[in-house]
Amino acid sequence: MPKLKIEDLQKISDKVRRTTLLREGAGRAKVTVHMGTCGISAGARKILDALLKIIEEKDVKDIILVTSGCAGLCSREPMVTVELKDETPVKYVDLTEDKIRKIFTDHVLEGHIVTDYALAIGSERTR
Amino acid sequence: MKPYRANLMLCAGTGCVSNHSFLVREALEKEIKKRGLENEIQVVITGCDGFCAEGPLLIVQPENIFYCRLTEKDVPLLVEEHFIKGRPVKKLMYTPPDAKAPVPKMNDIGFFKGQMLVALRNRGLIDPENIDEAIARDAYKAIAKVLTSMSPEEVIQEIKDSGLRGRGGGGFPTGIKWESCRNAEGEPKYVICNADEGDPGAFMDRNIIESDPHSVLEGMVIGAYAIGVSEGYVYIRHEYPLARDRLHIAIDQARDYGLLGKNIFDTGFNFDIEIVRGAGAFVCGESTALMASIEGRVGEPRAKYVHTVEHGLWNLPTCLNNVETWANVPGIINRGAEWFASIGTGDISESPWGGSKGTKVFSLTGKVYNTGLVEVPMGITLRDIVFEVGGGIPDGKEFKSVQTGGPSGGFLPADLLDLQVDFEQLTEAGSMMGSGGMVVMDEDNCMVDMARYFLAFTQGESCGKCTPCRDGVKAMLEILIRITEGKGVEEDLDLLEELSHFVIDSSLCALGGSAPNPVLTSLKYFREEYEAHIRDKKCPARACRQLNVYTIDPEICVSKGHGCGVCRRECPDNAITGEKNKTHFINQDACEKCGVCFDVCKFDAIQIT
Repeated sequence: MPKLKIEDLQKISDKVRRTTLLREGAGRAKVTVHMGTCGISAGARKILDALLKIIEEKDVKDIILVTSGCAGLCSREPMVTVELKDETPVKYVDLTEDKIRKIFTDHVLEGHIVTDYALAIGSERTR
Repeated sequence: MKPYRANLMLCAGTGCVSNHSFLVREALEKEIKKRGLENEIQVVITGCDGFCAEGPLLIVQPENIFYCRLTEKDVPLLVEEHFIKGRPVKKLMYTPPDAKAPVPKMNDIGFFKGQMLVALRNRGLIDPENIDEAIARDAYKAIAKVLTSMSPEEVIQEIKDSGLRGRGGGGFPTGIKWESCRNAEGEPKYVICNADEGDPGAFMDRNIIESDPHSVLEGMVIGAYAIGVSEGYVYIRHEYPLARDRLHIAIDQARDYGLLGKNIFDTGFNFDIEIVRGAGAFVCGESTALMASIEGRVGEPRAKYVHTVEHGLWNLPTCLNNVETWANVPGIINRGAEWFASIGTGDISESPWGGSKGTKVFSLTGKVYNTGLVEVPMGITLRDIVFEVGGGIPDGKEFKSVQTGGPSGGFLPADLLDLQVDFEQLTEAGSMMGSGGMVVMDEDNCMVDMARYFLAFTQGESCGKCTPCRDGVKAMLEILIRITEGKGVEEDLDLLEELSHFVIDSSLCALGGSAPNPVLTSLKYFREEYEAHIRDKKCPARACRQLNVYTIDPEICVSKGHGCGVCRRECPDNAITGEKNKTHFINQDACEKCGVCFDVCKFDAIQIT
């Protein structure tokens, strides 16, 4: 390994930035894929794979991808919830790989909600 | 780089490793591979998270889900439920002592919530064996800053303004130490990191090195630049193999990157670090004994009026700081003295001894629910540490005392629980900050016996060079043993006090200088326990077994125990007689008071009077 220059510190930092943000749970946006039994059988796995692939292709560092259980609306699976920082979460239903690609580009990256695919804006209340 | 969707931060501090966290790691990696998740989920080995009582620990990021007491058997369920179906597994989460439901998120758990991480800011967040991850969390940025934009004098001023004081126990203002060493005559000069942590039950320094060795190295580089030094040593005890290995790896990686060695960041500044192993003598944690040991001489202290900053290692100016002190330095440079000085107590504008700034790491042990390693802001009350962070006393017992500062720290009673933890207030109460040991005692602990216990430790570790420590502490120990055996006399208390002051005033180093603290404070705050031992020949806590009289309750023995006879069989002195289904009886003349009968009786039929 060649000797570091000061600017290399930042380069190394950028290189592992995705990991750092992941561990701090501090992304710009959070995408939740609902992976209950219903979700999995409706193809949630493909949606998760597609998301991982897009994240890798676009080399996005500050998006956090998590899975969670069934969202309760089993007939409309696969579902994801997109939550931009400080904004209301949006639930998308009946997803396909093409749809999730569009949602990722338009909503997650650019901030425009894809109303055609959205079920509702907001999330259930939790106690 | 493949993007992972989750990082499983598995604690691999010494505590969790001895609870088989490496087996959990293997099982996790195997199961994740089996389920085809190896490209999305990464298992990361981290330093100690501090909650050693609940290990092995696993924190799932980004969700911050905290799992504890994991075994390999839990792994298939965990992977299936959490990582495939997205349902965190409740039964593997932490449930606080008095709560009904588990607390899923690490940040919501009382033990972690009350803490403030400065020296341990990277704990659990980086793989300590991967320098890139440390760099991503700002490691070595402070070196770049001092080498390119600050003069050594400015660095020293910054440290002075921060109010940082020595975390090894002395509490000497770090900036002043650096300045004296910089101004001392003689070349070359040295910096040393004291990682010879010897207090029983204390593992602050081990933990810092195990979870973030780069913070220590970076602190040393900054100190070296400020003082004008090109050679440094880390003196680490041989009993810390994991910490030593991680330090070796960290030094190698830093050298590879040119962060140690010649011409760092092309600024012309040279500095390198060598590791020296200590052989486990407690006294070698004392600065002058430590330096003697590095030189290859017998580890014995010398008189303190010759200062090590002027005449230290090989009689040359040497600046020695403790692991935690060094680890605090990069944060001060990066975030500024003002930030650091905003945490803690007192006012340092008039005198550097006027306040206690920043945080302190404590190892919390003894009779508390949450034993482990905690970092808290200076000025927090003892009550908050014991009852909020520590979760209180188990088994519904009553709090009796907390000892701060390691084996030579004082015992503080319940009515001092609202004392703020800082250098001055602890010293005033007769204890000390020390390096950060904290032992909690409950109603079952006898304070005379505890004083005896800690004095036996310091007596055993006395190097024997000076008479007061060698013979004085021994004489005190003999008196304490006598008292716990019921052979004490009234005059012993005055004699103990007199000896204590004599040992404190005339010992060569702080080992003898502080060893009597447990005796003096227990005499001050728990004198009635001494008096009960001496006058009534009774131990109120029933811990001194020689003073107990063991008898068998005939009613319970028959009705509950049906004369089971376990006590009779276990008694090493054959002092118990009786038959099955009939009551048993202890022959007091033959009883040697070992208490085995009390320990083995399942029916609580053995009574102590």
